[in-house]
Amino acid sequence: MELFLQQLLNGLTIGMIYALIALGYTMVYGVIQLINFAHGEIFMTGAYLALTMIGILASLFPSAPFWVVLIALLLFSMAGAALLGALVEQVAYKPLRGSPKLAALITSIGVSFFLQNAVMLIYGSKEQSVPEIIPNIRFHLGPLSFSLIQVVIFVTSFAMMFFLTWFVKNTKAGKAMRASAENPEAARLMGVSVDRIIRVTFILGSALAAVAGSLFGMYYGSVNFHEGYLLGLKAFTAAVFGGIGSIPGAMLGGVLLGVFEGLGAGYISSEWKDVFAFVLLGMVLIFKPSGLFGENLPEKV
Amino acid sequence: MNFGKRPHFFRVLAVLLPFTLFPILDKNAYHVDLMTTVGIYVILAMGLNVVVGFAGLLNLGYAAFFAIGAYTYALLNIHLGCPFWPGLLAAGFVAMFFGFGVGIPAIRVRGDYLAIATLGFGEIVRIAFNNLDRWTGGPNGILGIERPKLWIPSFKNGFHVEVWKFSVNATPYFYLTLFLAAVVAYLLFKLSDSKIGRALVAIREDELAASCMGISTLKIKLYAFGISSFIAGIAGSLFAAKQTIVTPDSFDFVLSVLILAMVVLGGMGNIWGAALGAVVLGILPELLRDFAGYRMLLFGLVMIFMMILRPQGILGGQIIKRELHRRAKEIDNGAP
Repeated sequence: MELFLQQLLNGLTIGMIYALIALGYTMVYGVIQLINFAHGEIFMTGAYLALTMIGILASLFPSAPFWVVLIALLLFSMAGAALLGALVEQVAYKPLRGSPKLAALITSIGVSFFLQNAVMLIYGSKEQSVPEIIPNIRFHLGPLSFSLIQVVIFVTSFAMMFFLTWFVKNTKAGKAMRASAENPEAARLMGVSVDRIIRVTFILGSALAAVAGSLFGMYYGSVNFHEGYLLGLKAFTAAVFGGIGSIPGAMLGGVLLGVFEGLGAGYISSEWKDVFAFVLLGMVLIFKPSGLFGENLPEKV
Repeated sequence: MNFGKRPHFFRVLAVLLPFTLFPILDKNAYHVDLMTTVGIYVILAMGLNVVVGFAGLLNLGYAAFFAIGAYTYALLNIHLGCPFWPGLLAAGFVAMFFGFGVGIPAIRVRGDYLAIATLGFGEIVRIAFNNLDRWTGGPNGILGIERPKLWIPSFKNGFHVEVWKFSVNATPYFYLTLFLAAVVAYLLFKLSDSKIGRALVAIREDELAASCMGISTLKIKLYAFGISSFIAGIAGSLFAAKQTIVTPDSFDFVLSVLILAMVVLGGMGNIWGAALGAVVLGILPELLRDFAGYRMLLFGLVMIFMMILRPQGILGGQIIKRELHRRAKEIDNGAP
């Protein structure tokens, strides 16, 4: 029972991070039907931006309280990643608007390779350790034990998810986003600038991925330039599991995937941990390609 | 050029025959070895082209089929003493079997999901080879794989058959690779002219119209997947016989993307295009040795700008260009 609860908690923690990345996949897929392969690299870049900011803050304000540092690095990494996401969309994907999926998909793999190697050239290929900025405090609740960083991950992720849900439901841009996902032609006729909405989608998704990257780096204490590939793939699995295009689906899919992985690693084998996600992906694709919350859309003719 | 009754045969011969001179003109053993590796890339790129270029489906786990081929020959040889030539065929068929295994469920799903499903399969295969230590040697791989043998009839001192073994020398491997590349190219030209080849192009151009014309799209796509996996399997056994060692990390996602970049660069749907892309991207890293760190960066850029500026690739025809930029003019703003 103790192992179960502990693995459940660890799974939930990493699941929150998957969910944040999965949101970016699902939103972009919703508006332009593109599997944005480069999204995992945006996540990774976000982690590196956070690392850079920690270094800058540590030398400028060595005595700042940890939550100030945390907020500053999150904002910095979100801003940087959002800019990068918008730039990628503008340079690589916009010229391909309207061409078949294959062309854009290949481009996104190219972007992914480019970003991954650009980060490697800038920061070096060695794994870099992230300085501990969040005090290593552990809380005990009955048989459970969790750290402050886990609390931070939960609070930040929930805040982000609430913000996103509010944004998509209530703001003008959010409504336009939903309209564009539903029917871009009709949205355009109603005066929605679909191009602008696509840019907003990339900016939001990239900022969420950057938050995930920063939290991930702090949780594991290290970042490397190729982590975006695997994390991106798992988050994509989560998005498909929840039903691609569905925002609550991505959240639930991410959390559930994290839990499966945590329990699988605890009870079956940690060596095969990475395989669980792909097996789950295969199962979902075969038995329920529309996912948990997805609409069962036939392929558009 | 008109090559009479057997156009494909002579065309392949005309293009590949000059390459037989390479080891004679360039005595540098390293260069011959490099060109052998490039030849294996050529076979792989031509194989992937069947799925990506002919059928318009994206396979992002192609390295897995290459790995399955390599491990099939390695395991058969180590445990059963199976020689190279039957091992070559076995590797092709086992890879094809797995190709069907992935293809049957995956091809039903939407096109871009196939890309992800194959990617996932590629990862599962690599992790499995890495973790199944008892059979595959885990991360250390399998060592001491036998090199190919040839049986040459000899009339010295009466008739007998001489066994001639391949050695570290790359030149025989170069010719073997060239021969296999020629056979694959020839068969693929035949395929592209056949009913299946035409059906594949029809599916790529308009799946709905193709199925209305009575083409069983599912079956034809599956054929493409199987043929493509078979070719990867053959290339894998060749690779294993050349290296005499296989390790899981030779078959990562980067390799899958590298082969895809070759097909894209050379021209999707064009057999010589895929081969040319493989030669260019195979040799380029050697020419850019001083900039080794920028190699992958360059591959990324090639893929991005190729899709924007010349989506049909170096040798691609007008048809695929029109397809890839089909609706760009109709929709000047916004999503499809």
